[in-house]
Amino acid sequence: MSQSEPAAAAAAATAEAAIAITGLTRSFGDLLAVDHIDCDVAYGEIFGLLGANGAGKSTTIKILTTLLPASAGTARVAGFDIRLASAAVRRRIGYVPQLLSADGALTGYENLLLSARLYAVAHAEQAARIADALQFMGLEQAARRLVKTYSGGMIRRLELAQAMLHRPKVLFLDEPTIGLDPLARHTVWERLAHLNRDYGMTILLTTHDMEEAEHLCGDIAILHAGRIAARGRPQALKSVVSPQATMDEVFAHFSSASDSGRWRDTADTRRVARRLG
Amino acid sequence: MLQFWRECLAIADVELRKLVRDPTELVSRAIQPILWLVVFGQVLSHARGIDTGKVGYLAFMTPGILAQSVLFSAIFYGIAVIWERDLGIVHKLLVSPASRSSLIVGKALSADFRGLVQAAVIYVIAVALRVPIRFEPAAMAAMVLVVTLGAAVFATFSLIIACIVKTRERFMGVGQVLTMPLFFASNAIYPLQLMPAWLRSIATFNPLTYFVDALRGLMIQGGQSVYGIGWDCGVLSLVFLALLAIAARTYPHLVR
Ligand SMILES: Nc1ncnc2c1ncn2[C@@H]1O[C@H](COP(=O)(O)OP(=O)(O)OP(=O)(O)O)[C@@H](O)[C@H]1O
Ligand SMILES: [Mg+2]
Repeated sequence: MSQSEPAAAAAAATAEAAIAITGLTRSFGDLLAVDHIDCDVAYGEIFGLLGANGAGKSTTIKILTTLLPASAGTARVAGFDIRLASAAVRRRIGYVPQLLSADGALTGYENLLLSARLYAVAHAEQAARIADALQFMGLEQAARRLVKTYSGGMIRRLELAQAMLHRPKVLFLDEPTIGLDPLARHTVWERLAHLNRDYGMTILLTTHDMEEAEHLCGDIAILHAGRIAARGRPQALKSVVSPQATMDEVFAHFSSASDSGRWRDTADTRRVARRLG
Repeated sequence: MLQFWRECLAIADVELRKLVRDPTELVSRAIQPILWLVVFGQVLSHARGIDTGKVGYLAFMTPGILAQSVLFSAIFYGIAVIWERDLGIVHKLLVSPASRSSLIVGKALSADFRGLVQAAVIYVIAVALRVPIRFEPAAMAAMVLVVTLGAAVFATFSLIIACIVKTRERFMGVGQVLTMPLFFASNAIYPLQLMPAWLRSIATFNPLTYFVDALRGLMIQGGQSVYGIGWDCGVLSLVFLALLAIAARTYPHLVR
């Protein structure tokens, strides 16, 4: 798994969870977007964070990636406290935001080069890593084109390539397949499974696609109004709801309380749709 | 430390690639100083309404116009940063382990590049208008240093404003409100002695005054730096370091 680290350090790291969240809370004015979450994610897991619009998924990810400070509580990511050792956390994680966000005025190659430099990938290794990432995401042909000429699916793959370049221990993906066609979606699934298997990356992803959650995630938490409403393996969650329940029914069951907050954040989602369209 | 400079250069490199790919902005930014020098400067130097000592008015204002065009183009760095925030690019920079100050210095370096392009444009115009320019290598080298400092100061200042106001609309408003007083409450187009006392005391707290003052000593034959070039550079360096410290703290707020 962690070839480059001394065995002792690797052993110490695996003794702990990849993500250990305790009492994590974030408020925006009166709104409790994340409400005292406790949750551990084991190393090597693909973890699905589900929940209706506005449930608090993106906010949780922003806190875990050190972009947003928590109002209360804390978390350890890859063994480091997000508040006390944020730089150490950043060195060990990768992040793909919910909005498409590669720099359109640069080529795919230049976007990757920037990431490699900022993540201090050794100079001698940069070219090989970039070539590897491009090939892994099937972007060799497009590497020299400006990203503003890419399709949404290509941008998503480029972002994944950027996020894996420095071999992070934990990868945070906020709706990695939003707006992708079924084929592109399957390609991304396959690549993610591959990253998880071959590089031992722990992946935390959010999605509204229950098929995706079931297909990819070994462990799932359903957020509802900032709290964890359910947690477990997909199979286990289904059996809680009913013997023949589908994931859609599981989702509906745990996030169906009559709460207007569900619709609060659709503007964000619509903006994504527009950028992808 | 080495990694710090690698990060700065990585950011500056990206900005340069964008600038070279689409130089329209560089070109359009050259038009305003041409107007100031060719129209405003020519007219006022014939009128002889402003006492600028031994040097003619056009020669007096040329360094002021360079400083002004550096100020005006650096101040819109904030807009670019807000734009990058809206595109999610800032989020990506901020989750990287790169130090916050290197991200800021990288931006400042690319503002420096623009500033130097503007300096080149203004030297060309000045020569065409027969302004007595100092071409000694030492003076040119010092001018490059001063422009580098000045552009870095105003680009970083603009970045801080962007992190505070956060939206493009508000920035446009605030940008206008700030740049005009900065320009007029300085020695850019008239000497400090001609100002009423209250304005002069404001001007002495304006970094643009020291920027212009140093350029006046370095660009023009017979041009006088009132404070001394060493003092000017010292002031600009201190202001830059203070702004850098503030910007490194406020930049992460842009995505909150
Ligand atoms: N910067 C902010 N200021 C104020 N409120 C915010 C801010 N960011 C998020 N919120 C609010 O916090 C709540 C949680 O938002 P969040 O983006 O985490 O939801 P989400 O689960 O990611 O939703 P979606 O599925 O639509 O992406 C929402 O009600 C949202 O309006
Ligand atoms: Mg979200």
